[in-house]
Amino acid sequence: MNNPEVLIIDDESQIRRLLEITMESNDYAVVSAPSAKEGLRIAASHPPDLVILDLGLPDENGHRVLEKLREWYTRPIIILSVQSNEEDIVRALDNGANDYLIKPFRTGELLARIRSVLRNPTSSNGHAVIDCNELQIDLAGRTVKKNDELVKLTSTEYSLLALLAQHEGKVLTHQYLLREVWGPGFINQSQYLRVFIAQLRKKIEIDPNRPAHILTESGVGYRFVARE
Amino acid sequence: MSFNLYKISRVTQCLLSAGFILCIAGICFLFQGVISYKMPAFVLLLAVSLIAVIFDIIPVLLAALLSALTWDFFFIPPRFTFRVTSAEDALLLLMYFVIALINSILTHRIRRFEKLARQKEEKANTIKLYNTLLNSLSHELKTPLATIVGAADNLLNEPRRLSDVNKRNLVVEISMASLRLNRQVENLLSMSRLESGFIQPKKDWCDINEMIYAVVNRLEANLKNYDLKIMIEENLPLYKLDYGLIEQVLYNLVYNATIYTPEFSELYIIAKNNSNRIYQLDPDDTMQSRIARENDYLTLIIEDRGPGFPEDELEKVFDKFYRLKNSKTGGTGLGLSIVKGFVEAHRGIVILENVPHGARFTIEIPTEVSYIKNLKNE
Repeated sequence: MNNPEVLIIDDESQIRRLLEITMESNDYAVVSAPSAKEGLRIAASHPPDLVILDLGLPDENGHRVLEKLREWYTRPIIILSVQSNEEDIVRALDNGANDYLIKPFRTGELLARIRSVLRNPTSSNGHAVIDCNELQIDLAGRTVKKNDELVKLTSTEYSLLALLAQHEGKVLTHQYLLREVWGPGFINQSQYLRVFIAQLRKKIEIDPNRPAHILTESGVGYRFVARE
Repeated sequence: MSFNLYKISRVTQCLLSAGFILCIAGICFLFQGVISYKMPAFVLLLAVSLIAVIFDIIPVLLAALLSALTWDFFFIPPRFTFRVTSAEDALLLLMYFVIALINSILTHRIRRFEKLARQKEEKANTIKLYNTLLNSLSHELKTPLATIVGAADNLLNEPRRLSDVNKRNLVVEISMASLRLNRQVENLLSMSRLESGFIQPKKDWCDINEMIYAVVNRLEANLKNYDLKIMIEENLPLYKLDYGLIEQVLYNLVYNATIYTPEFSELYIIAKNNSNRIYQLDPDDTMQSRIARENDYLTLIIEDRGPGFPEDELEKVFDKFYRLKNSKTGGTGLGLSIVKGFVEAHRGIVILENVPHGARFTIEIPTEVSYIKNLKNE
């Protein structure tokens, strides 16, 4: 298989160079663009496997660029943002971004996110069993095992876990989870989500206070990680 | 009081002072049988002086003129005319007018000087604050910058003369300095958000248990040599708070404790619910009382076994850029003022007190609670 191609759209040359070095030394092919216009042109003429898009571009708002890309581009997009402005991030995720990183980010985190979005094509995968070390989630049989013992989950707990696990590595926003698991009438009832996440952690995590699988993304949502 | 009255429009001020003068004149008029016609002049002069203390110059001059005319018209014989017959009365009226004018002009000038002096003092304070800011900032930002620049220079210019171990050490220094720089920038951004005055907490339901452990896990490296005791009340409800802000509050307090207290000492993080229930007798059934009002408070306590704070500095530690005398280097003096600002944005309070063998920060935040947590899940 060829090396996956990554398009970087960022106006800061230092960030571009950093990303280029990081990716090339990890066997990705890199193309970069300093502006929204250039980035959109490259993406259209030679669609990459992944786009890394900075939200603060000089010539066009990053959210707008994301929308334009999403009109036809179906492969993963990772957003870079300077501020941990949760509303901005939630908006980008709702508009089709697969993940986000806040500058300054650690290289290890960047690579993990890239691996995760490239592994998970946006269409849901067909794996029947999601295996994460001590935890197995059998989507066909609707059962969950921890250390080979069956975990008793209520149907809501199971739906929530299955939804998170099917999007392994991806952050799912509070609103998305509430809508998918409880229904559109519940998108402002975040207290349900808090309670059920806490209960799920008690049942599936080895140490519920140091969750290894269901991670909190402060102000944005939750992310399921299969293994370290 | 006078400060607020300044802001009333000039027209309103004129109307108010005219009304006041006419009122006083009216009262004097009622007592005219008891007092001589010269007495109202003194009362009116007093009224003009009062107005001069409160109002602007134009309404004051108006009051002076109006009071002179009123006195002349209603009190100086022959009454109900502006005519003055005796030379003594004419002289009195003239003197009254001059005294009222001088009085008001002098008061006005004194006030203007006071205002200038106050502005000067404020400016001096601003400059002092600005200098403290620059000193602490330039130190706090330049130290990590110097490390980065120096280490990078070494790596760039003399790659062959450096041992592999030293190369690695330099890179570690660069990484640590960058993280320190990032923390300071985050603090400054938080501070400027507070200063701009529009911190609007984005409140959503928060699981305090999760928040406390998230902070503890983030500070794992700092906390590994402390005897950390986390006590979270059983069945603590969910609270409606801004997760990011309160997490930052906890982070700053715990981080501070790990910086300023000796290793291997105890550190407590306590969370509990306080609710003030006000009961009222049920009018239909006096054996029953019902809850008339219920206020819930989230109480968070961070307590250490460190040296505590000097009693005379307890009040000041929350001030911007305040750093304890003789404190270790490092820190911009922003951490605790951010704590105070974020808690106050939730209408809460922070109390710092010395306890035997340590210091205790108590945070109380009034908030909505949800006990859905304790409901049976279906």
